[in-house]
Amino acid sequence: MNIAVVDTGGANLRSVTNALTRLGAEWRLTSDPALIKAADKVLLPGVGAAADTMAKLNHAHLVPVLQGLTQPILGICLGMQLLFSSSAEGDVAGLGLIPGRVTRLTADQAVRIPHMGWNQLTRRLEDPLLQGITADDYVYFVHSYRAPDGPWVTAWTEHGGEVPAVVRWQHVHGVQFHPEKSQTAGARILENFLKL
Amino acid sequence: MLCKRLIPCLDVRDGQVVKGVKFAGHVVMGDIVDLAQRYRDAGADELVFYDIKASTVGGVVERSWISRIAELLDIPFCVAGGIHSVDSARAVLAAGADKVSVNSKALERPELIGEIARSIGNQSVVVGIDSQWIDGDWFVFQYTGSSKTMRHTGRRTVDWVREVEQRGAGEIVLNCMDQDGVRAGYDLDQLRAVRAATSLPLIASGGAGTTQHFVEVFQRADVDGALAAGVFHSGDLTIAAVKDALRLAGLEVRL
Repeated sequence: MNIAVVDTGGANLRSVTNALTRLGAEWRLTSDPALIKAADKVLLPGVGAAADTMAKLNHAHLVPVLQGLTQPILGICLGMQLLFSSSAEGDVAGLGLIPGRVTRLTADQAVRIPHMGWNQLTRRLEDPLLQGITADDYVYFVHSYRAPDGPWVTAWTEHGGEVPAVVRWQHVHGVQFHPEKSQTAGARILENFLKL
Repeated sequence: MLCKRLIPCLDVRDGQVVKGVKFAGHVVMGDIVDLAQRYRDAGADELVFYDIKASTVGGVVERSWISRIAELLDIPFCVAGGIHSVDSARAVLAAGADKVSVNSKALERPELIGEIARSIGNQSVVVGIDSQWIDGDWFVFQYTGSSKTMRHTGRRTVDWVREVEQRGAGEIVLNCMDQDGVRAGYDLDQLRAVRAATSLPLIASGGAGTTQHFVEVFQRADVDGALAAGVFHSGDLTIAAVKDALRLAGLEVRL
């Protein structure tokens, strides 16, 4: 198995590659279009701001590459948000692999932004990524923006309403939380992705 | 529902976990990776590593311990101490930490918060605030590592909280100095005042002694997490015991 972790220029890509190593997976951190195209699985991590990361992907000529993939791709956190058509964060165009616009979470007395900490997943649709994950499992979230709701949402989490947590649209997968930082449940989800 | 977080804080010196002992300086508690894993297995939701040497000596510091932890730890962790620039923040994240915490350096130059937030994202920028009641209000103190360096900044704590949110902080750790190490409970009045001033996640620090103190701080000050050091390190309280008490009180906890 040949896994490409897209080098989105973020400072802490190490967390994702460490998690893959713990699973015994072979990975390559790369921004080389040829390596990404040839990979069996593609991971799109992302931490930071949407506009910055899209600028980096554009600069590396990776936008058409990622748009043209047919193998399973998994966006993590900001990486998931970039799968959509656009984001209100910096008002930037995304990869457009899933329709809709990413918007800011709305704060109120009980809803803190960023949404930071351990939260649960409520299943809406069957998703191989969530095999073995139950309603009692917790995963770690850190984000201030949310994906649009739609038929691609396979699980959501509660934070001032239903916030999309896992999405799936053909070969395109995304998780809003950080599986690499979500202990056993997170490792299981990554493992499920590697088995797709 | 989002869980209330319990966050043990470990003091690190030369890659080892140490604890302060009255009149004796610091004694080594053990290897940092072993202790990190032990706390993870005990149910810690997150860990903070406070690099005490980095913060007092300054300059270039040896940080290989961060990558050693990151290879094994599958819960989030934050590094505090010695973060004085965008480059040092990026280096800590590149080594595998999830967040950096800034305190005195941000008071020296508040622009630092925004600079780091723009480079690594708001969510990774924690601002630590050392605060105590003096002259009829809560005020921010700087360089609190030793009584010789400690300085009253003249900034009202609530004002500083609003400013750091404005500048791009993603989380606030409020260390209530009057309660620190006393184990008489968190400073509920102060935490409530700060809670009302910000919509950022707020972490309470200073004063934990019993499981009831944790229940109180979550119920009455509506904080998002509670940080504690001595009470966990001494073994006087286990994370599991605190979580049981929180669960009994109807609070959402993990594990």
